[in-house]
Amino acid sequence: MEQKKLTKKDINSMFLRSNLLLGSFNFERVQNMGFCFVMIPAIKRLYAPGPERNEALQRHLEWFNTHPWLTAPIFGVSAALEEEKSKDNVLPGSSIAAMKIGLMGPLAGVGDPIFWGTARPVLAALGASLALAGSISGPLLFFIAINVIRLSIKYIGLKYGYEKGNEIIKDMAGDRIKKLTEGASVVGLFVMGALVSKWTTINIPIVATRIKDSSGKVQTQTVQNILDSIMPGMLALLLTLFVSWLLKKNVSPLLIIVIIFVIGILGKAFGFLG
Amino acid sequence: MSVVQIILLLIVAGITGMGSVLDEAQTHRPLVACTLVGLILGDVTTGVILGGTLEMMALGWMNVGLAMAPDTAIASVISTILVITAHQGIGEGIAIAVPLAAAGQALTILVRTITVFFVHKADSYAAEGNYKGIERMHLLGLSMQALRVMVPTLIITLISADAVSNFLNHIPKVITGGLQIGGGIIVVVGYAMVINMMDVPYLKPFFYMGFLFAAFTNFNLVGFGGLGLCLAILYIQLKYNNKPQAPTATTTSNGTVAMYDDDLDDDLDA
Repeated sequence: MEQKKLTKKDINSMFLRSNLLLGSFNFERVQNMGFCFVMIPAIKRLYAPGPERNEALQRHLEWFNTHPWLTAPIFGVSAALEEEKSKDNVLPGSSIAAMKIGLMGPLAGVGDPIFWGTARPVLAALGASLALAGSISGPLLFFIAINVIRLSIKYIGLKYGYEKGNEIIKDMAGDRIKKLTEGASVVGLFVMGALVSKWTTINIPIVATRIKDSSGKVQTQTVQNILDSIMPGMLALLLTLFVSWLLKKNVSPLLIIVIIFVIGILGKAFGFLG
Repeated sequence: MSVVQIILLLIVAGITGMGSVLDEAQTHRPLVACTLVGLILGDVTTGVILGGTLEMMALGWMNVGLAMAPDTAIASVISTILVITAHQGIGEGIAIAVPLAAAGQALTILVRTITVFFVHKADSYAAEGNYKGIERMHLLGLSMQALRVMVPTLIITLISADAVSNFLNHIPKVITGGLQIGGGIIVVVGYAMVINMMDVPYLKPFFYMGFLFAAFTNFNLVGFGGLGLCLAILYIQLKYNNKPQAPTATTTSNGTVAMYDDDLDDDLDA
């Protein structure tokens, strides 16, 4: 049987495309189109035109979000898994999706503090302090240093992910794929639960109670304070479950997004959201 | 300002606009963007100093997850143009930059919402295997981000500085604030989609566990990733390695222990 394999050129093409990953950042599925955009050289190589190729394209249009520079290893692993799937179609597409979700959370968690929280502010502060004296060396230093770091991380990450992904596949036998899929789903769902609580911002500033304390100061408590004292993130969870239910009922995500923005503006206008 | 300068400014505006969504080459950071504008307008020093000043203010501005930082691209480009052409000081530059960053953020929200339409178009392209269509939709989203900075820049180069600050003061707070609130809530749509995608009912408790842990602890995402991984390994071990064994086989025998270790390593690799 003819074995399709990604060429060095495909990997390089993915690397170049990954520089445009966030271009279509959107509120519905975040980095999804960018992810598919980067995967296209691999998909083109591995799948002939037909239902399998279409499925692969659709698979990589699902919701995706992580630190942009650390998507590189995820692209590598995804490419290796797609290569495996294209051989004999034993590997289920859902396990590729689960793998992406499973890697996404931890990598965002590593990338944000390292790059956004440490490397960039440190280099920018260094550059800015030179720039304040009017020296062009400030911007140059910042721009060159940050990009050298970025490009090397991205290139090495992509290669490493692709090789590692191949190793994982070689090890696979029997229950392994099912284990891998379930394991990735467990991590993915667990992290997703955490995201719902930590990365959603809902605040209801309506004052619920006003109590005069012993020193005569008025202590106010908002509806949000009360909800938080019961369980932080409660509203986000309920809303997520409600939206999940609506989506299952085939309500358009676009409609949901528009309604949420309208509620946001009304909430600001009437003071029930802040 | 000469026509050549205006064209060059528009190119820089486009690059920084794309840069602010891509977050790759960092062309949208004030340090870089202000310097480029200064270069074009023939006053690099002012550009560099303003860039350094704004960069210090914006050090902590970052896009984490779905939260959006104020937009440094529009703020840097336009404030530098106004400072240099209207002979303003660095202080005025800062005063102009801050509301511009907020306005730029509102525009970014708008573009990121419009891009949702392109996503749906891409869905139908994927269904028919038209990868060129998907590429087009992706690049269209990117061009919108370029226009987001180019159009205001063009307007600025054509009208007076006063008219600009007047205009900025007239965007109702209700709209900008409301969009920002919506932006904080809108993420649940994405979460809901992923959850629906991984809809394995017997694994659903892990979702609630993640939520409860996040609600009552201060773990960061690395902590959640690690904890999730441990749970996954435990779950797999309990499910697949605890097949009913012959009562004579003592689980403490060396052989069994070694076998467990191997599987753990494999799962870790995975």
